[in-house]
Amino acid sequence: MKRRPSLFSVAVQTLAVLLAVAYLIPVYMTLNTSLKSPAEINLPTAWQLPSELNWASYVTAWTRFAPYIKNSLILAVAATLISAGMGALNGYVLCKYPFPGSAVVLPLIVFGMFIPYQAILVPLFQFLQRTRLYGGLPGLILVHVVYGLPITTLLFRSFYAEIPDELLNAARIDGAGFAGVFRHIMLPLSGPPFLVVAIWQFTQIWNEFLFAVTLTRPDAQPITVALANLAGGQAVSWNLPMAGSVLAALPTVAIYVFLGRYFVRGLLAGSIKG
Amino acid sequence: MTRSMMVKLAALALILALACVPAGAAVSGNLEIFSWWAGDEGPALEALIAKYEATYPAARVINSTVTGGAGVNAKAVLKTRMLGGDPPDTFQVHAGQELIGTWVVAGRMEDLTFLYEEEGWMNVFPAGLLKLLSTDEGIWSVPVNIHRSNVLWYVPENLNKWGVKVPATWQEFLEIAPTLQAKGVVPLSLGENWTATHLWECVAVAAMGPEKWDQLWAGKLSWKSPEVIEAWKLFGEVIKYTNADAPSLSWQQATDMVVQGQAAFNVMGDWAAGYMATTLKLEPGVGFGWAASPGTNGVFVMLSDSFGLPVGCPNRENAIAWLKMLGSREAQDIFNPLKGSISARIDSDMSLYNKYLQSAAADWRTNVIAGSLAHGVVANERFMNDFATVMEIFLQTGNAEAAANAAEAVAIQSGVITR
Amino acid sequence: MRFRLKRDELYAVLVILPSILLLAVFVYGFIAQTFRVSLTDWGQTAALSLQPEINYVGLSNYADLFGGFLNIRFRQDLTNMVMFTVLFVGLSLATGLVLASLVDNLIWGETVLRTVFLYPMSLSFVVTGTVWRWLLQPRGGINLLPTLVGLRAGQFLWLSSRDQQLTFDWALLPHYAVVALLALAAVMAGAAVLRRRRRQAAAWGAAAAMAAAVVATGLSRRWQLLPYSEAHGFSTALWGVVLAAVWQMSGYTMALYLAGLRTVPDELREAAYVDGASRLQIYRHVELPMLMPITVSAIVILGHIALKIFDLIFAMAGPDHAPTSVPAITMFLKTFRGNQLAVGAAIGTILLVIVSLLIVPYVVTQYRGDGGGRA
Repeated sequence: MKRRPSLFSVAVQTLAVLLAVAYLIPVYMTLNTSLKSPAEINLPTAWQLPSELNWASYVTAWTRFAPYIKNSLILAVAATLISAGMGALNGYVLCKYPFPGSAVVLPLIVFGMFIPYQAILVPLFQFLQRTRLYGGLPGLILVHVVYGLPITTLLFRSFYAEIPDELLNAARIDGAGFAGVFRHIMLPLSGPPFLVVAIWQFTQIWNEFLFAVTLTRPDAQPITVALANLAGGQAVSWNLPMAGSVLAALPTVAIYVFLGRYFVRGLLAGSIKG
Repeated sequence: MTRSMMVKLAALALILALACVPAGAAVSGNLEIFSWWAGDEGPALEALIAKYEATYPAARVINSTVTGGAGVNAKAVLKTRMLGGDPPDTFQVHAGQELIGTWVVAGRMEDLTFLYEEEGWMNVFPAGLLKLLSTDEGIWSVPVNIHRSNVLWYVPENLNKWGVKVPATWQEFLEIAPTLQAKGVVPLSLGENWTATHLWECVAVAAMGPEKWDQLWAGKLSWKSPEVIEAWKLFGEVIKYTNADAPSLSWQQATDMVVQGQAAFNVMGDWAAGYMATTLKLEPGVGFGWAASPGTNGVFVMLSDSFGLPVGCPNRENAIAWLKMLGSREAQDIFNPLKGSISARIDSDMSLYNKYLQSAAADWRTNVIAGSLAHGVVANERFMNDFATVMEIFLQTGNAEAAANAAEAVAIQSGVITR
Repeated sequence: MRFRLKRDELYAVLVILPSILLLAVFVYGFIAQTFRVSLTDWGQTAALSLQPEINYVGLSNYADLFGGFLNIRFRQDLTNMVMFTVLFVGLSLATGLVLASLVDNLIWGETVLRTVFLYPMSLSFVVTGTVWRWLLQPRGGINLLPTLVGLRAGQFLWLSSRDQQLTFDWALLPHYAVVALLALAAVMAGAAVLRRRRRQAAAWGAAAAMAAAVVATGLSRRWQLLPYSEAHGFSTALWGVVLAAVWQMSGYTMALYLAGLRTVPDELREAAYVDGASRLQIYRHVELPMLMPITVSAIVILGHIALKIFDLIFAMAGPDHAPTSVPAITMFLKTFRGNQLAVGAAIGTILLVIVSLLIVPYVVTQYRGDGGGRA
């Protein structure tokens, strides 16, 4: 339904643009501060543009961060793929092959995504130590896969509920079994849901801090920990933490800028609807 | 050259070669060092690592640094690992109760008395320092440096401009503070929460004197005694003249306030000298001046970073080689000028140190030594953790008696007082 | 065919079994373990030895957290957590609704503006905390914004503030509860009278009378949680945290509401339009009601994020700043700095119970008896 631009629309447009500017203030401040030389960073002049651009903070931040970005990439990609894959299978089972007790199992699974991790932290690292998984990326991947299962299961289950049972029955009559139905019916329809789940999981895992700081040795630390090291250590001036923040944020921001549409579209289908 | 001499020389060369090769050969593989030194303090540690790797070419150092969260992150990682029976080869720890109260009582450290005896360190480290590193059962770590906690920093030129002198006592400070405030200058700059505890210890040592301070930690003076309550009251007076935005500032930003003329004084450990001299490129004595914090002239409130040997560490020989190196005069004189601290040994080469550090070293040899609370020397970790709450109670309410009562309760619960 | 289905059901169970086992251990097993630890005194002198001496002490860690003289900080943590949650959830919903409504009515630039409002959500709390810590410096940052247009600089101390508003006495919490019950019962009784529901009115009236009696006799004031009065309240320092958190998460509520608005069928709007409804009336009477279920989900999602908040405050204000502290931070400090692992476990358990109060009703109503997934 198309309406002509009215006073109302102009007011809406203006207000939205003003709010957008406000939302971008932290970006301005971050980029601005990151490009100043340490000597120029000062509370009273925080808003002024740098007198000359100092890219050195980015060079320093990059040389320090490169290995941790690699860790985060391995971690986030592996854990996202595994948890999404398992979530897809779980969702398929819960949705299309209800078994005795599955009605109880679902809420029990979903509950796992809401727990405060402080309530499991100590037993968790003791378990990882005992299984010799502590400290490296495999252990951290395992942790993120397990605690990612509830949300991926839930999201896929909601998506698969949209696929009519008649379609499955038709395939079954054609002789497809459990695996065949999944392979030929569910999988081809799983593209958009997979994207939503992957976007969600990737950003969650990339941004996670508590597990990252307590469960890794230095050579396996993800980027959030490296950033906290840079910002919270004896680092003196604000240019380095700001440049580091930009580097740490780039991958997930890029995902939201380029794939945000899918995410918005998927949200309703996924996390809201039971 | 006679033939016998040739033989002797050859034999000597062989012995030297044999003596050297095994030393270098025994130390191979990894050495994992756990510390919270990064940023400005990184280069000093890296210099030590470079020296170690040059001495033992077959060894590879894994530098595990965890910083941030006011030191809590490093503790979280270290404890997570130790609880799982996965210690690093050696780790940084504040000498004193932070080491003893957590790790020694838990039986997680090796006694290093053998190393002190082999290396002749009993005589090169001051007796007062050795006492802090030891219990009746042994000596538990090797100190690499000495920092002074009770230092007052200022810019001499600014003080002249404002017409004030460096206060020798807190009473003098309280007299000049209103004058400074009237000129729009913050009399004393303060930073985030641990710097308040740092200031408290400097005020408390001034208020009760170093003997009573020691008695407090020996459990012989009650936390509810009039001396301690007086200290809280004096502290309450002093913080009235600090900046309101203190919790938002790092200690460096608090130092910046003095350097930029927004504040007259700042009480901070002498790592501030390293910050001003190295990072801000100010000349000690000209760009910035220093004095013992008010009322503590002749007292050296010290803290020391040290490294210990965890029981069951994977590369014990390498760790021992590292500790041996740390205790050497040469390593200490490489590390400390870069770190902005003084050598823990009494025989260091003072020409390597800047003007501030030379004065600190002179005081270290003559002053009464007291241990720092804020930096883990006199109090165990449980006390320190709960003392942060006591400090918050006081900052919120300003009630000296309530703070004293709370501190007494903390002292009992954490075992500082065993009655 | 029948046989085939039976076999498929077996496959199905085998496929989901690993996930169920993993979650049984990592969620329920570990929670049980944490609870067990919280009933001990792990945290005495040699807490970190390989074989620490651990004794069973019952619920004394819990009693100490709620009633112990030194745990005033934990009680303020709880207060902060509740206040933060209410403000954060409320403001995120309101902001998200405004943003979604604006974006839904844009003439141009929808994609760009939507991305601008959504991008903060892609950041980690550590990044947000680092950036906002710099923006909220009292002598710089956003306090200086007014000076750019010639006004006086803002004076609010943000995270450094030590002011408390809405202060109450922790010892009198039961009293407050009784008063709240009195008010609720009175209102319900009044409503029942208006609706002419006699029995309901009588029941609520009786409850109100009982509560009034308890208050009037001073009985409720004698059920004190502490033997002395202890003031807690809303720390104004939390505004800074709320601001950063709303900035970060309002894009999420916007996306939810936007998706909801888009499901309103155009025919419905057209029909209302033809009936002579104005744009605002359509918004109020057609679109908003359809957003209710989304609001419920959003409250649960945002609420549990708020109750668990940790990294953001850790990075913004540091772990030792009591005015902005929450239980999750104190748990971390007690466990890893104070070596009081049992107390840390108790705080973790309390946190879990509080989150469960919000989550369990939601999860149960949403997903129980719905194993077939025909949502």
